[in-house]
Amino acid sequence: MPAIPVWWYLMVATGLFSIGLYATLTRRNAVNVLMGVELMLNAVNLNAVALWRYASPTVSATVDGQSVQLLSTLDGQVFAIFVIALAAAEAAVGLALIIAVYRSRRTVELEQLDMLQG
Amino acid sequence: MPNLDSILIHFSPELVLALGALVVLLYDIAIRGRDGRQAQLTLVALVLALGATFWLWGQPPLAIFEARGAAGGAVVRPGAFISDGYTHFFRLIGLLTTLLVVLSGMVYLRGRTPFKGEFYALLLCAVMAMNLMAGANDLIVVALAIEFLSITSYVLTAFLRSDPASIEAGLKYFLYGSVTSAAMLFGISLIYGVAGTTSLTPAYAPEAMRTVAGVLAEHDTIAVAGLESVLLPAIMLVLAGVGFKIALVPFHQWSPDAYEGAPTPVTAFLSVGPKAAGFAVLLRLMTRVFGDSGLMSGWMGMIGLIAILTMVLGNIAALTQSNVKRLMAYSSIAQAGYMLVGLAAYGQGQLAGLDPLGSTLLFLLAYIFTNLGAFAIIIAIDHAAGSSELEAFSGLMKRSPFLAIALAVFLFSLIGIPPLSGFVGKFAVFGSAVAAGQIPLAVIGVLTGVISVVYYFRILREAFFGQPVEGAGRLTVAPSLTFVVAVALVMTFAIGLAPGAFVDMANQAAALIAPAGEMLAGH
Repeated sequence: MPAIPVWWYLMVATGLFSIGLYATLTRRNAVNVLMGVELMLNAVNLNAVALWRYASPTVSATVDGQSVQLLSTLDGQVFAIFVIALAAAEAAVGLALIIAVYRSRRTVELEQLDMLQG
Repeated sequence: MPNLDSILIHFSPELVLALGALVVLLYDIAIRGRDGRQAQLTLVALVLALGATFWLWGQPPLAIFEARGAAGGAVVRPGAFISDGYTHFFRLIGLLTTLLVVLSGMVYLRGRTPFKGEFYALLLCAVMAMNLMAGANDLIVVALAIEFLSITSYVLTAFLRSDPASIEAGLKYFLYGSVTSAAMLFGISLIYGVAGTTSLTPAYAPEAMRTVAGVLAEHDTIAVAGLESVLLPAIMLVLAGVGFKIALVPFHQWSPDAYEGAPTPVTAFLSVGPKAAGFAVLLRLMTRVFGDSGLMSGWMGMIGLIAILTMVLGNIAALTQSNVKRLMAYSSIAQAGYMLVGLAAYGQGQLAGLDPLGSTLLFLLAYIFTNLGAFAIIIAIDHAAGSSELEAFSGLMKRSPFLAIALAVFLFSLIGIPPLSGFVGKFAVFGSAVAAGQIPLAVIGVLTGVISVVYYFRILREAFFGQPVEGAGRLTVAPSLTFVVAVALVMTFAIGLAPGAFVDMANQAAALIAPAGEMLAGH
């Protein structure tokens, strides 16, 4: 097992997630909200990769005559790669929407987007 | 290990849809912006996918699992996708929904956007995402399918780029959606840490494999010791992501704005499709994955609470709306609350001959036809008047008696008046709640249903007793839209008058998501 306990990673990831969530809840500019979401997704990646290192089942194998323990699955790594791709897709669509709103309204301040209310 | 062909046939509806989306896009390029037949191509793809679904219903379910032998120990894990009767049920719902949406929206869209190819391709992708959600058996697939549906929905909502309301709706939908989905992904990463795997349930495969369901039911040990305490918050984060798709209170704030601003056919799609797919994931997670764990009793309390909040808030907020699309947004929130009652009644006794989960599925089946029928009429009026305010419905009886009477039938069905399908749905879910001893849920459901009479009758009062605005003559409707209204009418009466076959269908689908423990015990 690695020397650093898994809790340290989880605390960093939770901190990152909380900062991102705070940004999404308090920021009034759509671009800043998007940045908050990116922080949250990076916290997910950190969690996934750290937990993969600790949580994967191990199998015994013989390498050069020595018996070693290998991690048998790649779930966490694969998860992180998918989340990175997903963050990119989300950012692309999100920025496109923000630009479209800016073109029609000349602002991306969320408080001024008040056409739809009721 | 089965060969690739025998696996791929289980994805034939999704493959047809993906191919259909490509063909529509290529056709759009080939005709270079001239008015073409993209909608007809889309319909062909949807009908072929429906055919593939019916064909798969007769086939044995997908039973793949991986068995990778590393030196010394084999790792066995179940497939990431289950293709069984439950998946087919939701495939059927998704495909029928989209078919009706395309038919009722094709005339509406013709003059409003030059990018029809992209629109229909995105719609086909959205159905594919819904199908994948219905069969997902791996946390990664669940997350990706939900995101796939979300991202296509954002673009569809904001599709009318010249309409500021449409773009604003898209942006708001996106901002709510991206935050809740990030929260859901965080929850999934924690569940992964507890379980050490992302595989959900031991579907049709040997028992000797590690799954999230196995860890929760304590057949398997926790992967990282001491992590049990994060499990409950993690599951709540996942619930937030799924609740957002279904628009359950308190994750519903996006839906009135998105429904009002989106092009009306997209609103019709959003009010049914993502809700159904969200329920597909929610029911599978709650029963087969979390069902065996001791967490179940705590869960049901929370689901019941969310159901109450959703029914109360949806119905009360709908009272003051003046825009019919916005009103239908709150109405559909309330309807989702009724559906949730079936899940809240799960596992505590049942109505004779009907599984509580079956009651949710039956309600869903009744709801899609009724709601899409109502939306077809909203599309017709919005198309003619360019507005979905309540005044646009004035004098509908004089302008088109057929549509006015059909609208009355659909709204009566949404209220739950016999002998219409909505009554059967409500009877099933509230009956299940009573049979399970959840009397308060049933009482609140019926009372809030009474409130809903007020706002549905506001629409009908305009339609039957209002005077048409100046210059509004007879409402001419496209044949495709009339067809949708007719189909919806037939189904509304059919489910209401002869529910037997539909009850069987819902029961059979619900039986497939019994908790994994029962499945294994049955082997």
